[in-house]
Amino acid sequence: MSSEDTVDLISAALIDLDLTGADRHEATAKLARLLADAGRVTDVDGFLADVRAREEQMPTGIEGGIGIPHARSAHVTAPSLAFGRATKEGIDFGAADGPADLVFLIAAPEGGGSEHMTILAKLARKLVHQSFKDSLRGAPDAAAVSILITEALRP
Amino acid sequence: MKLVAVTSCPTGIAHTYMAAEALEQAAIAAGHEIHVETQGAAGAEALNPVDIAEADAVIFAADVDVRDKERFAGKPTVSGPVKRGINNAAAMVEEAVAMAEAAPAPKIAASVAPMTAAAPRLGPGAKLRLWLMTGVSYMLPFVAAGGILIALAFVIGGAEVNQKVYGGEFEGVTYEAIANPTDILTQAGIAGVLMYLGATAFGMLVPILAGYIAFGMADRMGIAPGVVGGLVAVAIGAGFLGGLVAGLLAGAVVMALKLIKPGQALQGIMRIVVIPLVGVFVVGFIMLVVVGKPIAAAQDGMTDWLAGLSGANAILLGLLLGAMMGFDLGGPVNKVAYLFGVGALASGDLTIMAAVMAAGMVPPLGMALASVVRPKRFTPGERQAGKAAWLLGASFITEGAIPFAAADPLRVIPSTVIGGAVAGAVSMAFEATLRAPHGGIWVIGLIGNWGGFLVALLAGTAATCIAVLALKSVARSEAAAEADEHVLAI
Repeated sequence: MSSEDTVDLISAALIDLDLTGADRHEATAKLARLLADAGRVTDVDGFLADVRAREEQMPTGIEGGIGIPHARSAHVTAPSLAFGRATKEGIDFGAADGPADLVFLIAAPEGGGSEHMTILAKLARKLVHQSFKDSLRGAPDAAAVSILITEALRP
Repeated sequence: MKLVAVTSCPTGIAHTYMAAEALEQAAIAAGHEIHVETQGAAGAEALNPVDIAEADAVIFAADVDVRDKERFAGKPTVSGPVKRGINNAAAMVEEAVAMAEAAPAPKIAASVAPMTAAAPRLGPGAKLRLWLMTGVSYMLPFVAAGGILIALAFVIGGAEVNQKVYGGEFEGVTYEAIANPTDILTQAGIAGVLMYLGATAFGMLVPILAGYIAFGMADRMGIAPGVVGGLVAVAIGAGFLGGLVAGLLAGAVVMALKLIKPGQALQGIMRIVVIPLVGVFVVGFIMLVVVGKPIAAAQDGMTDWLAGLSGANAILLGLLLGAMMGFDLGGPVNKVAYLFGVGALASGDLTIMAAVMAAGMVPPLGMALASVVRPKRFTPGERQAGKAAWLLGASFITEGAIPFAAADPLRVIPSTVIGGAVAGAVSMAFEATLRAPHGGIWVIGLIGNWGGFLVALLAGTAATCIAVLALKSVARSEAAAEADEHVLAI
């Protein structure tokens, strides 16, 4: 579709199926470190500041146990998704119906082209489908989650 | 019920699309039709004006200002934060439906479908008019810019500027065409440049008209087949009527192609390859082969027929040529009459050229006059076009009437035919003459018996004005009036 070199949005290395954290910021920071280790975020603190700025405009929790901290940031090299699955107690992302157990940290480069944005848009659309959420909750390991998400975004 | 929605959020990468998806699902689950414009980072594909016009209600799930909100003026509207669109999409849809039922959709419902007040579908006539108006609204800047540039070229450089740039004979002097456009400034001066730029803008008139009629019908996918069809219409000399055909054809073809639901494997390439490829080929082929041939044959036939009439009654010939000039405003019939005049000019008969030019000046002048006399019968866009049409008509740029004719051909074309016929006949009756093949009032020095020529012009202009106002007030359906109101935002 695109002539650009597109890196997959997610890989097994960007998935933490035992996500913990005292609050959303701590959980987000853990996922951000995964992105930094994979070379997709150049400056973790700078990126987290951008995410926090967005989070403070309005919490990103969505009913149904979802948190989507996200930002467009100059510290991001490629559009990426880090995914964390928490225990049943979950992590509070400010949704009205309680904490989130599925956390999607979406990182978009500042000047991201519209093709990149189209992929992220597709991911966002997927998140409102119950079947997609269910399959993520039921996936046995990181590799399975990575395949699930990559398949869902295939054009 | 039919709904439209806009979603947006601060970052534009997540919630915008989640809300769109949730609203789409909720609406479909409740048995409604919905179109959502996502004003996010992936670029917003604007809602089709037809969908907006037909919508019973509007939903805004937005944390930042909705862009171009005025498009939805007058519709029942439900607004909420983007999260409400995600978490409570079904409730928003329900509210919108309830509002639409409580305040049955505006004027359009009452007039188009008086029997079913809550179903404001546009009738086929109103829809067609909306498509044509969409094309016209995108074409207008080309008419204004091109027409005024050409008129200015005549004013500054004299009527021979056309020949200086494109070659040909004028007043006994033969000019070579300028092969390399970058030489125009040095060889033909600023007037030559104005002429060239004006003619270039005019060259896009029919392709843009066709492309955006198809856009109105079938969204972005319609543009490529429409524009190519329009270019073919130009190449085969089919004029703006050919452009209307190309645009409607392209829109219909793409609409049909969109109905095909291919297997998973093909889905990705449908929009990128298949629809453009098949659309451009089918439309181009039909225009070239099915439409092109008969037009060329008909032109030959008309030319022979006119040649046979040469000895006939002069006033009758003027009437006929004038009617032809007004018929398609630069299209194939107009061209036959014009070339007949140029041919007569070359063989020394100067009266026919005068009649042809008078009849060719009348359509824009008549429409300009009508838009001043009864502005309420015209859309704001048409009233703007009317202002430019004075200058275009005065410069014998018949195309100045196309914006009016393309939007409402069945009422405007008869009027321009009547006005052209009157002007042609009166000019012949006064035996006015003209020694140049174009130029409008700027070549008044080359017109013999210019008093008679002026009378012909005034009579034709008045006839077009009276005819179009009569047709627009008598034969104008309510549906067209409503479609007009909805097109204002375009």
